Amino acid sequence: MMESISLVEKKRDYNMKHPVKPMSMKEREEMLRRYHPDYMKGTRHELRIGIDKGNIFYNGIIDLLEARTVIDSKDVDLSKIDYDTDLLIIGGGGAGTVAALFAHESGIPVDKILIVTKLRHGDANSMMAQGGIQAADRPNDNPILHYLDIYGGGHFTNKPELARALALDAPRIINWHENLGIMYDRQEDGEFQELSGGGTCRNRMHSCKDYSGMEIMRNIRDYARNLEIPVLEFCPIAELLMDDKGQVAGAIAFNLETYEYYVIRAKATILATGGSGRLHLSNYPTTNHYGATGDGLVMAYHVGANLLDLDTIQIHPTGDAFPEPIVGILSTEKIRGLGAIPLNVNGDPFVFPLEPRDVESAAFIKECKEGRGIVTPTGMHGVWLDTPRIEIIHGEGTIAEKLAGEVRKFKRFGIDLTKHPILVYPTLHYQNGGIEINEKCETRVPGLFAAGEVTGGVHGKNRLMGNSLLDFNVFGRRAGIYAAKYVKKSKIGKISLSHLNKYNKGLEKAGIKPKKTAPIILPEYRGEKAISRALDIF
Amino acid sequence: MNDTNGTLIEKTKEKSKKISEKESEAGEVEVFIMGKSYKVPAGLTIMKALEYAGYRYIRGCGCRAGFCGACSTVYRIEDEQKLGFDLACQKVVEDNMYLVQLPFVPASKAEYDIEKIKPSDTILLEMYPEIARCVSCNTCTKSCPQDIEVMKYIQMAVRGDIARCAELSFDCIQCGLCAMRCPADIKHYHLSQLARRLRGKYIDPKSKNLTKRLKEIDHRKYDDKINNMMKMPKKELMDLYKNRDIEAEESSNLGGD
Repeated sequence: MMESISLVEKKRDYNMKHPVKPMSMKEREEMLRRYHPDYMKGTRHELRIGIDKGNIFYNGIIDLLEARTVIDSKDVDLSKIDYDTDLLIIGGGGAGTVAALFAHESGIPVDKILIVTKLRHGDANSMMAQGGIQAADRPNDNPILHYLDIYGGGHFTNKPELARALALDAPRIINWHENLGIMYDRQEDGEFQELSGGGTCRNRMHSCKDYSGMEIMRNIRDYARNLEIPVLEFCPIAELLMDDKGQVAGAIAFNLETYEYYVIRAKATILATGGSGRLHLSNYPTTNHYGATGDGLVMAYHVGANLLDLDTIQIHPTGDAFPEPIVGILSTEKIRGLGAIPLNVNGDPFVFPLEPRDVESAAFIKECKEGRGIVTPTGMHGVWLDTPRIEIIHGEGTIAEKLAGEVRKFKRFGIDLTKHPILVYPTLHYQNGGIEINEKCETRVPGLFAAGEVTGGVHGKNRLMGNSLLDFNVFGRRAGIYAAKYVKKSKIGKISLSHLNKYNKGLEKAGIKPKKTAPIILPEYRGEKAISRALDIF
Repeated sequence: MNDTNGTLIEKTKEKSKKISEKESEAGEVEVFIMGKSYKVPAGLTIMKALEYAGYRYIRGCGCRAGFCGACSTVYRIEDEQKLGFDLACQKVVEDNMYLVQLPFVPASKAEYDIEKIKPSDTILLEMYPEIARCVSCNTCTKSCPQDIEVMKYIQMAVRGDIARCAELSFDCIQCGLCAMRCPADIKHYHLSQLARRLRGKYIDPKSKNLTKRLKEIDHRKYDDKINNMMKMPKKELMDLYKNRDIEAEESSNLGGD
């Protein structure tokens, strides 16, 4: 590795003067077709059950959809309602919290809102987003260009009305954040410091150092706590409830610590359960938080909601490949936004540093497959990200100031970003697709709304950097507003879980013999040795 | 298997399985999880070591990447005098490490309406009067897994310097170790949350560009054009996309700025 680093250093001056050009659309397509897992044989297959029967999804997603429901309706007594509420919000991350705030603003009293979450309030991918949030607010930029970037980045597969909402609501969201007191990076005159991101044609990335998601999430959580919006923690939802009119009417929560279930009846339900990185689709390590197991997709599918674009995954090009303890953790795209470029074992650049994420990832995979990657002592492959360039371009101290989180992470292992490049390889980062929604965040099932990473259509088959923080704000807000409207006219009938029996029968009918149940709630990471000696007697 | 590292990860898994089957002593360390001894492979983070040993997390595990503060850990290496403080997802295990994680922090938060309070010199003291009891022992700073100068930002708060307090505390992941160790019962991480919100809302200058853009959006300046694009044949839209000029590319051609 050190030998390769010396090549990186030797060629740095030359590389500074000879940047790699972006690919043409045709070159991008070719790169994706040959090297991205979305285009590989064996990663995906056809679903055999439910409304999306016949669609191609990733294997790990199909495994969940073709599993038996985790709850058996006869084990649950629905005659006693533990929580009777107007609005149930499933998920205490960004989308869920924003939805709660805007539902309250739209007239739902605090004690008629209930956030239920698997881990703690704020334990979510939202908290981990580093790079920033897009909004077209500079004079040389506008929402039209943002729309074009979103749509092109998604390979023109996005739902246009959702892309429009994302682009047009963005400046309003930043303004809301300013009023909440979110500390954005600014120039002295108060204008935002805005960087470029992969696939964006303007510099429109607003950031809060490299803790952008954390700053936004802890701020909106603080607001929700001041309002005393009720939150039930460590109580993941296992299945949704329906009523005899075909509406979603609440859900069954499961207390992870006491193993009790709670029946929650609600006039409207918002699914904001986030993504599915912890399924490790295509065997990738992941940047996602511990609870990202795709539960929302499964329970929504059980009640008849349809899913979009789950034939794609977003692998983020710059997951850490060294040292071993941080493999799979993200190194933010902001590092490239600030001027670091990817280099191969010979110290040579091989790709424009800010291609859309899927293209950039595919280029890294190609380089490693063709033997120009760097191999670590534990056998991981990766390419260099030449961080010392950042301070050559922007001056000394930039890294400490703009990448505090990254500096802290690498410092533990004696790696100094200002002096040495870091080693990266793609890691599973984002669930591009999910439950189909419209501009009002309605799913096709009455009473069920969805927002954030669990949804599909906003980003099509590939999301751009800085659009996920934006997504949970834009659609969390819309979900809160429109669900609040729905609550005012909604009447819940007799509640039931009969849809689960129907789903399990459907599995049988399709000739599927499920070995597992879903949703899975938490991933299994216990050591093989410990599991092999485990008894289930207590 | 379809990915270079995917394959490698699988192979590594198999390898580590074989090693563990052989009960190899090499490359192992002994850790004491809440006092109980386990042998785990060297080089694992505390979090992964616990899982290797057979623990399945409910509490004490969140983002697994150093951002959420769920996995704060207190440890002591055998025969050492000092306690160590760190995040289980970031800290690598050491031989003879005794460790416990903090599942919850019972610290109260002041309630306020950010619209109704003002960034006065005394607001932080009013909301969190206990900061006046700070004895400058610096235990908070020593317990911070983020190496934040916690005591210093508390001193800034006492002085009424909201902006500095916000700046120094910015990287706080709100794990709560500071509050658990403080002899004066200060809720450092809650206080600094308030300082940052006050600074963001009232002290930092605001963007004029954003105000202009909001007016344009209110007047529906961009609606027609976007709506047209939504109806445009895909081919035409793709041409628009292909031919848009790219700011980053221009600046990198200029040597970057």
